Amino acid sequence: MEIPVTDIKFSDEKLAKVKEIMGRYPEGRSKSALLPVLHIAQKQFGNWLSVPVMDYVASLFQIKPIEVYEVATFYSMYNMKPVGKCFIEFCQTGPCMCSGVEDIMEYTEQKLGIKMGETTRDERFTIKGVECLGACGYAPMAQIGEYYYENLTKEKIDKIIDLFGKDDFNPDHKYDI
Amino acid sequence: MGRKLLLEHANVPEIHTYQVYRAKGGYSAVEKALKMTPDEVMEEVKKSGLRGRGGAGFPTGMKWSFLDRKSEKPRYLVCNADESEPGTFKDRYVMEKIPHLLIEGLICSSFALGSNTTFIYIRGEYKWIVGILEKAIAEAKNAGFLGKNILGSGFNLEIYVNNGAGAYICGEETALLESLEGKRGNPRMKPPFPAISGLYGSPTVVNNVETLAAVVPILNLGGDEYAKIGIGKSTGTKLISACGNIKKPGVYEIDLGLPVYEFLNSDEYCGGIRDGHRLKAVIPGGSSVPILPADLFYKNIKGEERNMSYESLSDGGFVSGSMLGSGGFIAMDETVCIVRNTWTFARFYHHESCGQCSPCREGTGWMEKVLHRLEFGHGHMHDIDLLVDVAKKIEGNTICPLGDAAAWPVAAAIRHFREEFEYHVTHADKVKNSRLAHLDDYKKELVLL
Ligand SMILES: Cc1cc2nc3c(=O)[nH]c(=O)nc-3n(C[C@H](O)[C@H](O)[C@H](O)COP(=O)(O)O)c2cc1C
Ligand code: SF4
Ligand code: FES
Repeated sequence: MEIPVTDIKFSDEKLAKVKEIMGRYPEGRSKSALLPVLHIAQKQFGNWLSVPVMDYVASLFQIKPIEVYEVATFYSMYNMKPVGKCFIEFCQTGPCMCSGVEDIMEYTEQKLGIKMGETTRDERFTIKGVECLGACGYAPMAQIGEYYYENLTKEKIDKIIDLFGKDDFNPDHKYDI
Repeated sequence: MGRKLLLEHANVPEIHTYQVYRAKGGYSAVEKALKMTPDEVMEEVKKSGLRGRGGAGFPTGMKWSFLDRKSEKPRYLVCNADESEPGTFKDRYVMEKIPHLLIEGLICSSFALGSNTTFIYIRGEYKWIVGILEKAIAEAKNAGFLGKNILGSGFNLEIYVNNGAGAYICGEETALLESLEGKRGNPRMKPPFPAISGLYGSPTVVNNVETLAAVVPILNLGGDEYAKIGIGKSTGTKLISACGNIKKPGVYEIDLGLPVYEFLNSDEYCGGIRDGHRLKAVIPGGSSVPILPADLFYKNIKGEERNMSYESLSDGGFVSGSMLGSGGFIAMDETVCIVRNTWTFARFYHHESCGQCSPCREGTGWMEKVLHRLEFGHGHMHDIDLLVDVAKKIEGNTICPLGDAAAWPVAAAIRHFREEFEYHVTHADKVKNSRLAHLDDYKKELVLL
C-alpha cells in the first residue's frame, strides 16, 4: 500500500483537472480547491492520505504542509491510515438503528471475522460504523466507494462480500446488488 | 393527490436531462426573471412568504434584502447542499432526480442577488451527485442559460460544485464558508453576518437547496399565488423526508398545513406505522428538534390537532412542542428504545462538534458517555439529572447552534420518556446489550391512536 515518494505525482491529465478546479476561484483564493483536490489525491494514491501525499498537495498549492494536515484531519472522509480496497461504511445513527442496521453490522463482522474499524488480513475489506449519510429512508445502508448500497439485508451482504472481494472489484462502479 | 410544485415531474423518464426538463416547461422562470429587474424578482420572493427550508425557517426575501449591495466587492450566492442532519434526505432527492430545477432556481436567485459566481457546496459523501449536477450545469450552459450575457440580458453567471469531505458542522452557514475557503469547518462568530462579510469577506447569501428550488414555482406562479398555498405564515409546499418504522419511507411534497395524522397514516404519504406495531414517538424535523410522544405529536397540549407547519409543530414550545426543522421526519414504533436512540444522537453530535467551544466539545462527550453508561447497564439514577444539567449548560453558551442542537434532543427525551431512562437503571441486567425497548416490562401506558 505504501507508494514510493518519488511516485507521488499526478498524471498530466489529473494535474490539468487540478489546475482547472483551482481556476474556479478568484485571484489568490485557489486554496478553496483544497478539499476537492484532496479527494482526487486520496483516490489516486491508494485511498488514504499519507504525509508525503499531503506534502505533495501542499506543494501544488504553494502552502505550508501544516495547512493541509489541519484540514485533512478535520474531515472524516479523508483516511489517515490505509483502508481495504472495499471500504464498507455503515450508517449507524438513530433512524438507521431503528431499521435494524446493528444486526447487519454484526452479521458482517462475523462473516469477515473482524470488528468495526478493522481491515481483513488480505487488505480486501475494511468495515466501519459512520454517522448519518442522508439515506435514512432506505436503511439499513452503507457507502462503498463512490456509491450507496441501500435497503441492505443479510443476503445482500453475502453478495457484496462475494463480489467485492474479487480482484476485479472496482469501487467506482455501481453494482446491482 | 396533493399539489406538486417541485416534484411534479420528478418521475418523468429522463427528467434529469436538459431536453426533457425543458420540454416540460423548464427554464421558463429564468426567461421570466431576466425580463424583470433584480429588485422585482426579490419582491416576488418576499411576497411569496417563502421561509428557509434548511431548518431555521427564516424568511428568504428578508434575508436577501440584508445583502450589502453598496459594497464594491463581488456578491456571492452559495447553495447549501451539505444535508447531514439525521432524518433528512430531501435535497439529495431533488439533486438526483431533477437537477435542472436547482440550476434554474440558482440562476433566478443569482440574478436577483447580483451573484456572478455561485457555488453549490455539497456533502462529500454524495459523490455521484456531483457528476449529475456538473452534467446539468454543462447542459444549461450549452443551451445559453449559463455563461456570459445570458439570453441577451447582459447577466453573466458561472455555477460550480464544491464537495465537502464529511463534516455535519459544514452545514452551518459560516462553517460552510470556511470550508469553501479550503479551511477547517469552524463556525465564525456572528456578527458580521455573511450578508455583510461572507465568502472571501464579500457579501454572501447562503440558502438551502430546497429554498432555491422553490424560487422557480414562485416566479412561475407569482409570489402572491404561491403565498395562497399553505397555512398562515407557513406558505407554499415543503419536502418532507420520512423514515423510521413506517410503511412507505421516502420524500414527499406536502402543502404546509397538512394534518399530521394524514401525513403519517394516509397511503399517499407514509402509509402508517408498519403492520402489527404502533406509534411510540416522532421526531418531526430532523435529529436536532425535540422528540414528541405519540399523543403530543397528534395533538398539542390543548387537545387541538397538529398540522405540518412551522407554527403548529412548535406549539407548546420546548415543554410540549417540537419544530418543523429541516423536514426530516422520523417515526418510531414501540420496539425502539428511546435511551439507545438518544445515545446514537449524542454520539453523532459529539463526533460532529468542531471543538471550538468547551461547553459543546466537552458537553457532547459527557452526554455520549453518560447515555452509553445508561444504555449498557452501568447507569445510576443521578445520571439522568446529570444529563439534564449538562444539556442546560451547553444550551445558549456556544458559538454556533450545534450545541443547542445536541442539547435539545437529550433534554426532550428525558422530559417525555423519563420512566424509560429510570428503567435502565433499575433493570440494568435486562437492558444490557438488548437493542429493543422494554415497554411491556415497565407497562407504560402509551396513548394509542
Ligand atoms: C449544525 C448545523 C447544521 C446545519 N446543516 C444544514 C444543512 O445541512 N443544510 C442546510 O441547508 N442548512 C443547514 N443548517 C442551517 C444553515 O446554517 C443555514 O441557516 C441555512 O443554510 C440557510 O438556508 P435557508 O435559509 O435557505 O434555510 C445547519 C445549521 C447548523 C447550526
Ligand atoms: S457549538 Fe460546537 S460545533 Fe458550534 S462552534 Fe462551538 S464547538 Fe463548534
Ligand atoms: S440515519 Fe442512517 S442515513 Fe441517516
